[in-house]
Amino acid sequence: MTKRASDVSVSPPRRRSKYTLAPLVLIAANVVLFALFFLWPAVIGLVYSFTNYTGVGAFQFIGLDNYQKLFGDSIFFDALTRTLLYTVLFVPLNFVLSLLIANVLVSKHAKGVSVARIFFFIPWLLSPIVVGVLWRWLFGENFGLVNYFIEKFGGSAVPWQSNADLSLIVVVVAASWAWTGFSMLLFIAAIKNVPTSYYEAAALDGAGPWRQFISITLPSIAPTSFIVILLNTIHGMKEYPLFASLNNGGPGTSNNLLVQYIYQTGFKSGQIGYASAASFVLMLILMGVAIIQLMVNRRVENR
Amino acid sequence: MTTTDMPRKVDTGPRRAVRKKRPSSAATGGLRRAIPATTLLWVLAALYGVPVLWFVLSSFKPAGDLFSLPLTLFPTNPTVSGYEAAWDSANFSQYFINTAIVCVIATILTVGVSCCTGYALAKYDNKWLKAFFVGILATTMLPGEVMLAPLFLVVRDLGFYNSLAGIILPAVLTATGCFMFRQFFLTVPDELIEAARIDGARELSIFLRIMVPISRPIMLTLAILSFQWRWNDYIWPLLMLNDPEKFTVQIGIQSIVGAQNINWSVLLGASVISMVPLIVIFLVFQRYVMNADINAGLKD
Repeated sequence: MTKRASDVSVSPPRRRSKYTLAPLVLIAANVVLFALFFLWPAVIGLVYSFTNYTGVGAFQFIGLDNYQKLFGDSIFFDALTRTLLYTVLFVPLNFVLSLLIANVLVSKHAKGVSVARIFFFIPWLLSPIVVGVLWRWLFGENFGLVNYFIEKFGGSAVPWQSNADLSLIVVVVAASWAWTGFSMLLFIAAIKNVPTSYYEAAALDGAGPWRQFISITLPSIAPTSFIVILLNTIHGMKEYPLFASLNNGGPGTSNNLLVQYIYQTGFKSGQIGYASAASFVLMLILMGVAIIQLMVNRRVENR
Repeated sequence: MTTTDMPRKVDTGPRRAVRKKRPSSAATGGLRRAIPATTLLWVLAALYGVPVLWFVLSSFKPAGDLFSLPLTLFPTNPTVSGYEAAWDSANFSQYFINTAIVCVIATILTVGVSCCTGYALAKYDNKWLKAFFVGILATTMLPGEVMLAPLFLVVRDLGFYNSLAGIILPAVLTATGCFMFRQFFLTVPDELIEAARIDGARELSIFLRIMVPISRPIMLTLAILSFQWRWNDYIWPLLMLNDPEKFTVQIGIQSIVGAQNINWSVLLGASVISMVPLIVIFLVFQRYVMNADINAGLKD
């Protein structure tokens, strides 16, 4: 006993490995869930991606046929490029907006911060379905508030729904609006952790607010910026409900995204094998993103 | 980003925290600097608030007034007929009950399971735990959307198709929850456990009697987040549920949107009703969300 006590005082307290039963009991429920709802689907998903399984009955292994077919499938490629385009537009817009708002919220000059914060946060609470309905209502071509004002100030109604690019942009704006609350929270925490002495020193050297932001705030919150960018990228790659309720991938099928493509091939046309192959392409992209995130995290932690 | 400040009880309103440290500049800067910052803040707040305000106010207009020009911000003849229609039509009250059942049960299970797992990962050390930790990390890289088809087949083969259990059970395994509890328990000194062991307490009673009670703030934070995730879920319930009696609110709303001619009056009412529970929960428990250290693992 005394020996261990002295150990403790010298080195950081070591967790003891002699306990086996108690930790296993504690994680048992999660292990079962993990095996049932993660490991098993992941394995059979990989297997099915090499078959022509339809969800019922027998199936055959067809090797890499599904993957080969994917590369020649223009609908899949359209969905993939549309998803990438959406992500490339959404991530920077969300980044700029949430960083701007986080900075205003921590500013000591702004009045009414605690009330204003709720305004930025409520959109994040709303479900993507409701966000979609809300922006569809705002951007209705014949009845929406936005076109009403455009016409009132002498413009002509903008085809927000029937032009494929405009309708993608409406979703990008809606998604950035809805996700600001989340990114902003991460930024606020990061900005508050920057030592105020840095700013005081910079102010003594005559640096203005913009200069302070570029030279102190931005570099100090770099790790958080990475996390925000990567989380939003992952989120953007999986977007579907917002499209479903805002324009249903329309006009036509021009804004069908990857998850919707997987949903339609897998469940509407019963091509489980083919949909699984498409899922694994999405998975590879997300894993690439996640690995970058892990590497960046490790570098930051080791610094 | 510190990962240990979750249970802090201090007021972390950002302005106040900064101000305490720098009282002099606030006094000298004065009004001249407050005006532009405050204006910018409230212009931005208006950009975020007006869409919701317009939406909610529109929901109180009678169906005939929704599209009448010129558009007016406030309803001239406020009515709740849209709400009544939404509530009565299409089993909306049933959807509400279904969603509430899913959220409450899934949240209780998520908090319980995550607490156990997070504690084990933080305070014990053996190779099984290390392997499981890697497994949990893997779940953050492979979101449910990627495994829609195989997960669907597994849940169907387990006999949960078209049941609320099929929505609840796969949702209980949440990496975020485990990581939140792990982070918290890492901050609890090991000496506390050692002392209890010396007093003869058994492992599981240490967990139940000491650790569970002190992790209450994390429980509440995760409960709010979990409730929000489940309330807003769309694609998984859509796949799982076939019987309209079992639909959740989000599917109900989406089915109104998908109709040939959208009944905006009903849709607005239904959407606003669906927003209310989360906004109430958020306003009551604001600080548990605002102070939560939401780290890289945060996703559903």
